[in-house]
Amino acid sequence: MFKVTFPRMGQSYLAFQMLMNDLGHEVVLPPRPSKQTLDLGVRYAPEFACLPLKILLGTYLEALGAGADTVVTTGGIGPCRAGLYAGLHERILADLGYRMRMIVLEPPRWRPLEFIRQLRLLNQAHLSLRAYWEVIKKGWGKLRALDNLEKLSHQVRPREIRQGDTNRAYARAVSMMSEAYTPAAILEAEAAAAALLRAVPQDPVRPTVKVGIVGEIYVLLEPAANLEIEETLGHLGVEVERSMFLTGWTRDNTWTETTHGLTVREAAIPYLPELIGGHGRDSLGHTVLYAKRGFDGVIQLAPFSCIPEIVARTILPRVSSDWNIPVLTFFLDEQTAKAGMTTRLEAFVDLLQRKKELWRETTPAPPKGRYFT
Amino acid sequence: MAKIRVGIPGALMYYLYFPLWQVFFNELGAEVVTSGRTTRVLLDHGVREALADACVPVKVFFGHVMALKDKVDYLFIPRVVCLNRRTVYCPKFLGLPDMIRHSLPGLPPIIDERMDVRAGRAALFRAYRRIGSSLGVGPLLVVRALARARRADARYHSLLLDGWRPPEAMTAVPAMPKEGRKPDLTFGVLGYPYAVYDDFLNAGLLEKLKRLKVRALTAENLAPGRLAAQTYDYSKRLFWTFSDQVLRATHLLFEEGKVDGIIHVSVFGCGPDSITDKMMELKAKLHRAVPFMTLIIDEHTGEAGLTTRLEAFADMVRRRKETVPCSR
Ligand code: SF4
Ligand code: SF4
Repeated sequence: MFKVTFPRMGQSYLAFQMLMNDLGHEVVLPPRPSKQTLDLGVRYAPEFACLPLKILLGTYLEALGAGADTVVTTGGIGPCRAGLYAGLHERILADLGYRMRMIVLEPPRWRPLEFIRQLRLLNQAHLSLRAYWEVIKKGWGKLRALDNLEKLSHQVRPREIRQGDTNRAYARAVSMMSEAYTPAAILEAEAAAAALLRAVPQDPVRPTVKVGIVGEIYVLLEPAANLEIEETLGHLGVEVERSMFLTGWTRDNTWTETTHGLTVREAAIPYLPELIGGHGRDSLGHTVLYAKRGFDGVIQLAPFSCIPEIVARTILPRVSSDWNIPVLTFFLDEQTAKAGMTTRLEAFVDLLQRKKELWRETTPAPPKGRYFT
Repeated sequence: MAKIRVGIPGALMYYLYFPLWQVFFNELGAEVVTSGRTTRVLLDHGVREALADACVPVKVFFGHVMALKDKVDYLFIPRVVCLNRRTVYCPKFLGLPDMIRHSLPGLPPIIDERMDVRAGRAALFRAYRRIGSSLGVGPLLVVRALARARRADARYHSLLLDGWRPPEAMTAVPAMPKEGRKPDLTFGVLGYPYAVYDDFLNAGLLEKLKRLKVRALTAENLAPGRLAAQTYDYSKRLFWTFSDQVLRATHLLFEEGKVDGIIHVSVFGCGPDSITDKMMELKAKLHRAVPFMTLIIDEHTGEAGLTTRLEAFADMVRRRKETVPCSR
């Protein structure tokens, strides 16, 4: 039995915790990244490392301090830095005198045997192949449920009548999910939690603006890394749609619903034909698609010095003017302060609202059957 | 008819592949124009046009493009992806033509042929042939041009190997630069070619070392075969060609132990360097006999500050050499 910890991204830890328990491990929960986590990471990580590397290093240090002896994480084969994180973390931790086991799940096609070896190493409960598959499926189910609830909270928050209701309901929803351990219980908990969120008193006619969020996956998924930007926006009356979830967006039909029939990749190709690693190209493609779907604006979130997002950011002004959609970028680092971010967000939302009103006044009634917010 | 003018910005890949590309385009009947060395004005242009969060070398590249764009009929900004089947270039190289195209106004057409040796047989040749046909030149001429270009390239790299620096090695009849006072120390000076050889960006680092009676050994002075054979203890190779080279060279020099010190010329805000430098630092910890220093260059690299640091480092190394004469 290992004492396992893993990277923390949003609420996904609940699903991973369950999975690791099922595989026969004790879990040392990665703490929610705090000021102290970041300080630790900044102290021991290279200065120009990207924010995710620093936060994760801090997280591991805290979890190891709390008794973990194994880190489970994912790898990657470039061309961006993420694939080298695990090795770097391992070396930095070893240099600091920590002895721990690092289980890195690389893309199976890179070294299939290695991948299988790691999976077997993880299987301390000696599950049969079939049981292994079942627990993974169950974990995935929980992950999906958590993603669905988060999306729902993004829709409810901008319309809540009493500020804070959604946050409270969402916190309860998450804790309901954390107690569901069987496939049936997970489905049940998800339904109950969704009902709870929908029951938040809402103002159906409040004018809202719609903003798409694009950028690098870690800062997108971990609220502590993006200073709870989605919550801040929700309170400003903005309905956000995030372009990325751990369980992926292919499964929901948001994109096929567009009559434009473009995939993210196709939308990005005129601007950036090359795959540059990270999510740089996705940021461009999603921005085009958000514009096509009539969103009012796009926000790009990226760690400071993030290579693919810098490339994307260099090209975004062109996308923004071609498609007439305002884009705001945040490069996040350990010095980014929430107050400053909120001020910039307020100004941006203000701009979007004015733009929208202007457009309403000067445009004749929309043709029937088209979708307008 | 006036010759077609092709502009090659004097930054990034320039330091390794300018002779190759120059001969290639000349042989195709084009005139090659380059923006020359980096200057204050060029850098300022770049800083103004490029994204504030970009690394300095990319800003410098923007500056060079600005300086060239009104003087040429075509800009040559190839998308260099992979040249050795093993490592790729930094994502900013992969998106370089797009960054330029979508953020600078009033550009001439850009030749942005993709160069990736993994893309099928004779992929590089096919890339050059497409370049030829975009200039209206047939395949036969391209074959000849490429052969001559490769000869020029081989000669250039063998000069680099022998210790010439890019500006001298690029001239037709290289004359060995005047020997300064006889060097008594040898430092490995490792970093990306566009950091080590851009003497504006690094505030004349190589020249300063020479004045301090230090011989500088760069990654280009090490035989490619030896570098390729060198391994480093890391679960994966670094993904990016230049970083991989630097780390190999680091391990080679530390393990041989023949140099008196190693300087890493690192770039402010460079993504890959954050990993490379940390790996170098960890390696240096295992070889305390060879002192190690990281110099970070950015758009404000000051002459004075650099001189002081180099002097201090060289002094320290000299003192150590005197006190422990036969420790190695
Ligand atoms: S995509 Fe950005 S944040 Fe992720 S590894 Fe690359 S540089 Fe770092
Ligand atoms: S390797 Fe570093 S310095 Fe070179 S382009 Fe990439 S980020 Fe910039």
